[in-house]
Amino acid sequence: MKNKNSSNMLTTSIAILTLSALSACAPKTVDDLPPAAQGTGYGTPTTSTANQVIPGSQQDFVASVSSDRVFFDTDRFNIDVQDQATLQSQAQWLAANPNVRITVEGHADERGTRDYNLALGERRANAAKNFLVSLGVSPARIQTVSYGKERPQALGSNETAWAQNRRAVTIVVQ
Amino acid sequence: MTANMPRFSNKVICAFCAALLMMVMPLMAAAQDEAPLLDSEEPELVEFDTAKIRRVAVPALVAPSPANTPAGNSTALGRQIAQVIASDLRGSGLFEPIGPSGLKPIALSEVTAPQFDHWKSRNAEQLIHGFIRVGADGNLTIGCYLYDVTFGSEITRLGFVVTPGEWRRAAHKCADAFYSKVTGERPFFDSRIAYIAESGPKDARVKRLAIMDSDGANHRFITTGRSTALTPRYSPNYRSILYLSYTDGNPRIYVYDVASGRQQLITSSKNPTFAPRWSPDGKTILYSMAVAGNTDIYKISVNGGAPVRLTSAPGIDVGGSFSPDGSKIVFESDRSGSQQLYIMNIDGSAQRRISFQGGRFATPEWSPRGDLIAFTRMGGGFRVGTMRPDGTGMRLLTNSWQDEAPTWAPNGRVIQFFRTARNSGKTSIWQVDLTGENERKLPTPVDGSDPAWGPVLP
Repeated sequence: MKNKNSSNMLTTSIAILTLSALSACAPKTVDDLPPAAQGTGYGTPTTSTANQVIPGSQQDFVASVSSDRVFFDTDRFNIDVQDQATLQSQAQWLAANPNVRITVEGHADERGTRDYNLALGERRANAAKNFLVSLGVSPARIQTVSYGKERPQALGSNETAWAQNRRAVTIVVQ
Repeated sequence: MTANMPRFSNKVICAFCAALLMMVMPLMAAAQDEAPLLDSEEPELVEFDTAKIRRVAVPALVAPSPANTPAGNSTALGRQIAQVIASDLRGSGLFEPIGPSGLKPIALSEVTAPQFDHWKSRNAEQLIHGFIRVGADGNLTIGCYLYDVTFGSEITRLGFVVTPGEWRRAAHKCADAFYSKVTGERPFFDSRIAYIAESGPKDARVKRLAIMDSDGANHRFITTGRSTALTPRYSPNYRSILYLSYTDGNPRIYVYDVASGRQQLITSSKNPTFAPRWSPDGKTILYSMAVAGNTDIYKISVNGGAPVRLTSAPGIDVGGSFSPDGSKIVFESDRSGSQQLYIMNIDGSAQRRISFQGGRFATPEWSPRGDLIAFTRMGGGFRVGTMRPDGTGMRLLTNSWQDEAPTWAPNGRVIQFFRTARNSGKTSIWQVDLTGENERKLPTPVDGSDPAWGPVLP
């Protein structure tokens, strides 16, 4: 808990720095903004330790949770016991990083028709979202998107690959 | 009809008659008896043995006064037109065309007085030949004459006036006339296909909206591939294309205007929308939308307005295809526990399941003739098949690892679908007739999926 509190504070300080950078550069176009703000954040003494992971980042998320994804059986979208443990670890991290928003991507394996798989990916993303919400994460922080069978993770055409591709993946919105 | 469409009206046939009159006076009486090819009546059904391959001679069209056109010399065009006719007929699986290579050139006088004995000696049962002339206005007059060699008789003749850039359409119309007269089926060669052009590795496929003629010619990429495009559907008048794009990061349906290149969302809803379909009259769009994970089927007017929700069962209701009379919709639903086919009235009433043959059924598409519904059946492999609208008479037409997403030829007698290769994930578009025996791969510049066949051009 101590670690999580400190990373939480750090996120807040970065947010403040970002805001001041934004107001200083107000007349500039959007494209000009991010480098200056991020540069200031990286330079703060608190992140000059050996660990380069930025709290609240995707990297921090993946390092902190038991997994960034949950898996489903063929044509199913129920959250089983293992998925629940995974999503609980994600909910804890989200509680410790209250300013972070996420996207849950729903995917299907290649052994389904295209339209149905888009619908199935939606179901899976929403199943994961709903479980996170039941654990106290605000639904306003969670977007969902379905990729159907368009973005496989494992490239084979076998049961092992398909099992890895039937998934809902949590991504930190940068 | 837009300005750039070839003129295939009665008036054009008469213009052709006038051209013919100057060259071959004696045959005018016969020519005037010929009705325009594409009337609205059902062709009379004749017994046609699809197992028998017919040998058709297709010599190069004669160019009596060779001239240059923006599409090339008229002599060369005469040969190319014969090549397209032969290719169309070969692709139907029902004919074995010979020529134009290896056949003797014909004289203009032969166009109306074929040397039947010569073609018999080449073992041809039928003969297609004609002429091409370049008019003073630069347009092409193309005459197409069809003969039965066995009986030594004329089948039909027809003529077209087209701009040089549209010569392929005259060739398709000629092949269509022959196919239609000989088989008793409606024509289908002079039509277009929208599809998804695919390239790149399996985990980073680039998917672009593309269009082409039914034989793969006149290919054009429409989207750049920066965002994934899926599931196009040509509007019945070919002026617009419905398709799914991840342009804004989410799967949403756009309607793309072919002439202007502009596109817009079909609904302002922030929910994901997919599986777009046109009604046969082009006035209504059917689509699927997921709300909080639950997908249902909706319809909306092409002019906007309020969408109407047609399904409300818990579970995935998706896709859909109108009957050709516009009175019913066949769609897929997993409300029973697995994907199956259902039919409903267009207001969403009277939903009932029609597929009970075992396995999962998806992607139903109602034949333009109304007599059959094509689908993807999943059980072991993914196979494309047909059944009657009452669910009886199931026939599987393909047998591969993964065939899916059938789309009907405008005559309801040929189906295209796409095939995915195991492991590599490479895709290709294939065509099969209703016997399931005549299957061939369509030529596409890169991999292809999600074919959507449009109607015969006017």
